[in-house]
Amino acid sequence: MVSIINNTISRAMTDSKKVICFGLGVTDPKGVFGTTLNLEKKFGKDRVFDVPASENALTGFAIGSSLNAKIPILTHQRLDFALLSVDQLINGAAKWLYMFGGQFNIPITIRMIIGRGWGQGPTHSQNLHSVFSHIPGLKVVTTSMPDDTADLLYSSIFDPNPVIFLEHRWLHNSLGNFPKKLKKNVIGKCKILNKGKDITLIGLSYMTIECLEAAKLLKSFNINAEVVDIRTISPLDKKTIIKSVSKTKRAIITDTSNSFCGISSTISNIIYQNINNLKNKLEIISLPFCPEPTSLKLVESFYNDRYTIANRVLKMFNIKKTILLKKSSKPDVPGDWFEGPF
Amino acid sequence: MVYSLKKQVAINIHKKLFLIRKTEEKISQEYSFKEMRCPVHLSIGQEGVPAVLSVLLNKNDLAVSTHRGHAHYIGKNGNLKKMIAEIYGKKTGCSKGKGGSMHLVDKASGFYGTSAIVGNSIPVGVGLSYNFLNKKQKNLSVIYLGDGALEEGVFYESLNLSAVKNLPCLFICENNLYSVYSPLSVRQPKKRNIKKMIESIGVKSLHTDGNDIKKIFSAGKKAINFIKKKNKPFFLLFDNYRWLEHCGPNYDNHIGYRSKKEYIKWKKKDPLLNSYKLLKSLKVNNNVISNMEQKVINEINSAFKFAKDSKFPDKSDLMKDVLK
Repeated sequence: MVSIINNTISRAMTDSKKVICFGLGVTDPKGVFGTTLNLEKKFGKDRVFDVPASENALTGFAIGSSLNAKIPILTHQRLDFALLSVDQLINGAAKWLYMFGGQFNIPITIRMIIGRGWGQGPTHSQNLHSVFSHIPGLKVVTTSMPDDTADLLYSSIFDPNPVIFLEHRWLHNSLGNFPKKLKKNVIGKCKILNKGKDITLIGLSYMTIECLEAAKLLKSFNINAEVVDIRTISPLDKKTIIKSVSKTKRAIITDTSNSFCGISSTISNIIYQNINNLKNKLEIISLPFCPEPTSLKLVESFYNDRYTIANRVLKMFNIKKTILLKKSSKPDVPGDWFEGPF
Repeated sequence: MVYSLKKQVAINIHKKLFLIRKTEEKISQEYSFKEMRCPVHLSIGQEGVPAVLSVLLNKNDLAVSTHRGHAHYIGKNGNLKKMIAEIYGKKTGCSKGKGGSMHLVDKASGFYGTSAIVGNSIPVGVGLSYNFLNKKQKNLSVIYLGDGALEEGVFYESLNLSAVKNLPCLFICENNLYSVYSPLSVRQPKKRNIKKMIESIGVKSLHTDGNDIKKIFSAGKKAINFIKKKNKPFFLLFDNYRWLEHCGPNYDNHIGYRSKKEYIKWKKKDPLLNSYKLLKSLKVNNNVISNMEQKVINEINSAFKFAKDSKFPDKSDLMKDVLK
């Protein structure tokens, strides 16, 4: 996914001279986990630049530059850092179009990277997609599949509105293809990744991967799970969700955050409002209502995975067996490739 | 070096200053009829700086301002009818009734918005200047702020950003000594020299009386020349005083947060009086002044009539322009 993100930014900058790319570390030797490597060399220091550690001012700078002929991409190496810019995001970017009577749109993309595990802890791992989605005027996009990432990011960059583009750190090393032609119009559409008739597993960001793996596990029980990747949390593609659950009449909504006042609760409400012949009550698999702890031992009981999902499905189908949890020796890393520190 | 003011320039400044003063007075008079249903932060006493800036900036220079933004909007040649209509919540308002007094905009004249959050428009102003970098035609971004913004983190972030990237930004701080009712003495250290503090961050600065037309003109001209020649930001600090209450149409000297003595001291520096004196010293004919002022009064009256006659937004406008 890293090279796909890099290629997408590069393509966008080639396609429009207006696109500029900045953020802390964008031109440093690591290039934001590799996602911005070599861009400065290709496009010059006026279009790709490192910046002071001033998240709030930089968000305002992005707004201002977008009002005067630029299309900015601002990157935060952790979502948590972007919380310093909440004034500019909520009082500024989200409102500018509305409060000035539709005269100014703010075509900015703010990339925020979400950490997990390896002791990222309370302030390096927050999944705040629901918080941002509560604000009218912001679009919130999250990518799960590397093959979809290019279109989602390209669409975000050229969207006329402020878009928060969420990247899960655990997906950065996933492999996929970079499409020849990039689409500008995929925001606001869910994607069905796995067709099935028995239950709908709804996922977003990293949890979509766990949903897909759970669907594989369930196959040996003759349960065909449909996996819906949310992709755009705001605006939400209610139609695709309703259509899928109308067909399967069962659903589990998974979330990379807790469900209190969150997108999983909202989706649950949408399903209940629109479908009245569900075979089981809806299930939400989300995080406990506490921050992510740092210690490896505590993390074990904090996160859910494919086994949590699959076992919950078996319970719904009254299958007494449980899928045995294959305990990983390293439950706080996405794979052997990840050895910290962030 | 002191830049001198030509007669016609002084007349143009006076016209703007008088327009701002009389508009604000009219808002103050009409406010009790409860048709302007939004908070108003009037600029009476603080007209000098934006009136002078009106002759120093050109149309392609951009500006942003604060909750106390009427004067800056008018100073940047913002459409008066649309501003008054906005305060009346009308569809014909500059923000179509969505923003009110604290969210003024006139894209055509380069006035790119005001914010109700202290410090909020400062980095936006810095961002506006980015497209002016390395351009043949020299333009700049004007960022109006008050002394309260000097206590916001985003001000320092923005100033630093403009310095490190050498951006053509003109920061204009009108220090009126109060943030709502909190005096400078409870907000900033007593012996602070704001100009020196700004310069220690790496931005050149000038400090002068914000009521004296000649001094404002000279400082403004120096700042703008510096920005265009050196491709660097500049910070102007002006001493000003807010005659009326923080928010609303009335005087508030009776509530006890500032002394009458202090108020009278500042009122004597009245920028409008200063402008009359200047016109006299330049031997501007009294008839020229009174004819011009009558035209301004007519313009204000017709703006209020336009606003009152205009329609409110439609119900269907509620959900418009959330997203593009």
